[in-house]
Amino acid sequence: MRLKVLQKMLWAAVALAIPAYGALHLLDERAETPVAEVSFRPTFSLLDAEGRVRMPSDFAGKHLLVFFGFTNCPDVCPTTLAEVAQVMEGLGDDAGKVQPLFISIDPTRDRSLELAEYTAAFHPSILGLAGDEAQTRAAARSFRIFYEREDSSGAPDGYTMAHSAALYLIGPDGNWLRQFSYGTPASEILNDLRQRL
Amino acid sequence: MNTMKYLLTALLLSLSATPVLACETVQLSSLEISEAWSRASIGMARPSAFYVTIRNTGVKDDALAGIATPVSGKPMLHETVVKDGVASMPHATAIPVPADSTVQLEPGGYHGMLMGLTQVLKEGETFPLTLTFREAGDVTVPVAIRGMGAKDAGCVDKKD
Repeated sequence: MRLKVLQKMLWAAVALAIPAYGALHLLDERAETPVAEVSFRPTFSLLDAEGRVRMPSDFAGKHLLVFFGFTNCPDVCPTTLAEVAQVMEGLGDDAGKVQPLFISIDPTRDRSLELAEYTAAFHPSILGLAGDEAQTRAAARSFRIFYEREDSSGAPDGYTMAHSAALYLIGPDGNWLRQFSYGTPASEILNDLRQRL
Repeated sequence: MNTMKYLLTALLLSLSATPVLACETVQLSSLEISEAWSRASIGMARPSAFYVTIRNTGVKDDALAGIATPVSGKPMLHETVVKDGVASMPHATAIPVPADSTVQLEPGGYHGMLMGLTQVLKEGETFPLTLTFREAGDVTVPVAIRGMGAKDAGCVDKKD
């Protein structure tokens, strides 16, 4: 008889403990997920013109202004890089707090076309990066951007590249902050950056 | 006889006139072509772009069907299309120039792509380019070579 009461009490305790344990576990998981959901942390490991591997940690503490393109692109890429150059000029003394990156999505061809000379023609601060095909895919996936080779008889070497044309702003902690869609005037980008620096 | 003299003088004057500057408007029947410009190139490996403003003051629709220039072995008309944030550059067979309207070949829209450069395009210089219209025919204009970071022809009297 006494044992039966004790058994009941133990069972009751178990019945209470299971959802309590479950609830605690759920709370634990919730505490972790939201942060990861809100801001993502793009990453890359790509070669610069001197053959050095560059990663986001190389630029820790700086804002990154990242554009994906290719140097055979006659219209969109020069136009955006010209905007970036204007932004860098406009930043004045704060220019050192921002690192503009041009990531090639046509890396094999661009590596043979003096990428550094190309980016420097717009602004000396712009760093051109061109990895191998796998590294480029990984960087694009991490930034959640799209690019694709398109065969075109009317293009140099018989192909052109379709690509996301926005400019991505990454914070000094490496987290994605926002993107500026193609055609955003330099003045607008400059105003946004000034508020953050 | 007087008329003859006048015509001869006019002919001589037109021949000795200084080349038309890129910011000046070139007339071809009812088309006014102005602000023809391009970007400087690094070497000759990459294509450059060509931009221009075409105003059709007439009552007849026209279309820019092609471009030709000694600086490019393969000049073509293209249009930059940005869809869902992704830019692509389809070939444009012709660019419509409707009656009583102005069409601009400009960054982010219609443009000429100058492939197979035959010379380095140097900032500050000009090169000739022939535009072929379906109705009005051919006209050759001087194209100003601007810096790589240029966004327009840089003409002082540019109207938007």
